[in-house]
Amino acid sequence: MKKTKLFILIACLFATIGLLAACGGGSKDSSSNNGNAESKENSKDEDKGNSGSLAISGSSAMQPLVAAAAEEFKSKNPDADIQVNAGGSGTGLSEVSEGTVDIGNSDVFAEEKDGIPADKLTDHKVAVVGMAPVVHPEAGVEDIKKEDLKKVFTGKIKNWKELGGKDQKIVLVNRPDSSGTRATFVKYGLDNETPAEGVTEDSSNTVKKIISETEGAIGYLAFSYLTDDTVKALSVDGVKADDENVQSGKFPIWAYQHSYTKGEPDGLAKEFLDFMMSDDIQEGLMKEQGYIPASKMEVERDAEGKQTEKK
Amino acid sequence: MQAAETTARTRLLRKSKKWNSEFRGKLIVMSAALVIILSTLSITIFLTVKGIQSFITGDVGIIEFLTSTNWNPTAENPQFGAFSFIFGSLAVTLLSAIIAGPLGIAGAIFMIEIAPSWGRRALQPVIELLVGIPSVVYGFIALTVVVPFIRNTVGGTGYSLLAGVIVLSVMILPTITSIATDAIRSQPEDLRDGAYALGATRWQMIRKVILPAAKPALFTAIILGMARAFGEALAVQMVIGNVRNLPSGILDPSATLTSIITLNMGHTTYGSAENNTLWSMGLVLLAISFIFILIIRYLSTRRNA
Repeated sequence: MKKTKLFILIACLFATIGLLAACGGGSKDSSSNNGNAESKENSKDEDKGNSGSLAISGSSAMQPLVAAAAEEFKSKNPDADIQVNAGGSGTGLSEVSEGTVDIGNSDVFAEEKDGIPADKLTDHKVAVVGMAPVVHPEAGVEDIKKEDLKKVFTGKIKNWKELGGKDQKIVLVNRPDSSGTRATFVKYGLDNETPAEGVTEDSSNTVKKIISETEGAIGYLAFSYLTDDTVKALSVDGVKADDENVQSGKFPIWAYQHSYTKGEPDGLAKEFLDFMMSDDIQEGLMKEQGYIPASKMEVERDAEGKQTEKK
Repeated sequence: MQAAETTARTRLLRKSKKWNSEFRGKLIVMSAALVIILSTLSITIFLTVKGIQSFITGDVGIIEFLTSTNWNPTAENPQFGAFSFIFGSLAVTLLSAIIAGPLGIAGAIFMIEIAPSWGRRALQPVIELLVGIPSVVYGFIALTVVVPFIRNTVGGTGYSLLAGVIVLSVMILPTITSIATDAIRSQPEDLRDGAYALGATRWQMIRKVILPAAKPALFTAIILGMARAFGEALAVQMVIGNVRNLPSGILDPSATLTSIITLNMGHTTYGSAENNTLWSMGLVLLAISFIFILIIRYLSTRRNA
């Protein structure tokens, strides 16, 4: 009696797992353009396109973009196996220089990180991401001068009324020291001045939630998170924080999204990076996900942060 | 007697099938034990090797690491003082034990002594449910409820030591309650009868007889709860604010060792000075956890004596 009960229980458990797995598989099929099963059958008949496996890790900010691109790539090259993991820029850079993965994604230049042999890595700037100072919608400020932005983040200006806004204490929302978003904002938004202490969070979603709920809060977010009215992006020195101004080089706070390979890429890694740079992805997927296509940039930057007109 | 035993023994051993299964069972449990021991040992050794790296390479001195409050890993001259985080970890742990300890023990007394039938039926599922809630859910609820509540009632940003303490108190409550329940239940019935026979009221019996007798086990319950609070990362990280300054009050934001490790681990590169100091923080966590375990061992040997 007891045994039958146990057996039924285990059977139920397996049935549930099976059902869940089936559901997961189903949604995956419908999300990719060509059905998975169909393309798999094709691949059995003839070896078309690229095959092999590719391991990618790194920046969690880039993970959704790269994973979506990999999904599209796989639907065109059914024999290719691409694994995209997040884990942070540092992890990506470390793993690609160790050779653990084929491509390491990073939102900072390899030169800016300690302990990475940057000369051994090849940089592929696949996308650009703009970042804006973001405030609680009721701060009463639309535009901020860069000098004032620095004073706000270094704690010299403590109340929004000093900038013509509401009588409301300013609350800073920072990122962790090692974060690429923070590095970019400090470098191009604050001209390397060290921000004062404030609430520190890593995830952009959490930062957005904090800013939207805390009166007087200011932080910084990538453009892709500015999709609704819960937070408000400030223009800097009268320049609106949008894609056009980043592309023309008028808006200063932006960063490349790098895909690093160890040495020159070959085989599947090269195919995939070419695919990332193709108009298909640059014009389509990147815009959809709130990135700025690297191919559309009118200016370029080197690891030291020097900005020049693109030739 | 002796003869009967040996014949039974030989009879059992004679059947090679029986002996086989005996041996197989022994092998299975022995290898399981070996896996547990080896994994613990290798984690400890790995963490120690990684953790002392930053002291060996001279990025930071061990004294500076443990006592300085200057944490500036990305500055021109990086500083790696982790005292604020060690302090933050210990502060949230102790404060949440102060809140959850009495609550958990009182709940246990209620369940065993006051209302053994329906109290147990009501409280037991609640406690089991509390254990089952994932820590990220605790963190998210705290971020949505506790932080705004603190912000609106006492002021400040709401991201504070207090918010972390509240989350942790709820999280360690089930640990403390269930161990305290076992401790109180295991007190012999004779103690209760004796107390009643001497004319003690129920409350006198609980306070003067049961609680003192169960004291070492109750402390073990609290310390196990503290060990859990000390190692918790996610929920605390979401509400504590994660600043590098030493908090001057319970409403100031703070940071713990675990929250700094989870925030920075992915961004740093292997072998860099900052990455090494994060490993050192992991080593500090392990060392303090060992101290907790030693205290528990000490308490339980005292109980047996």
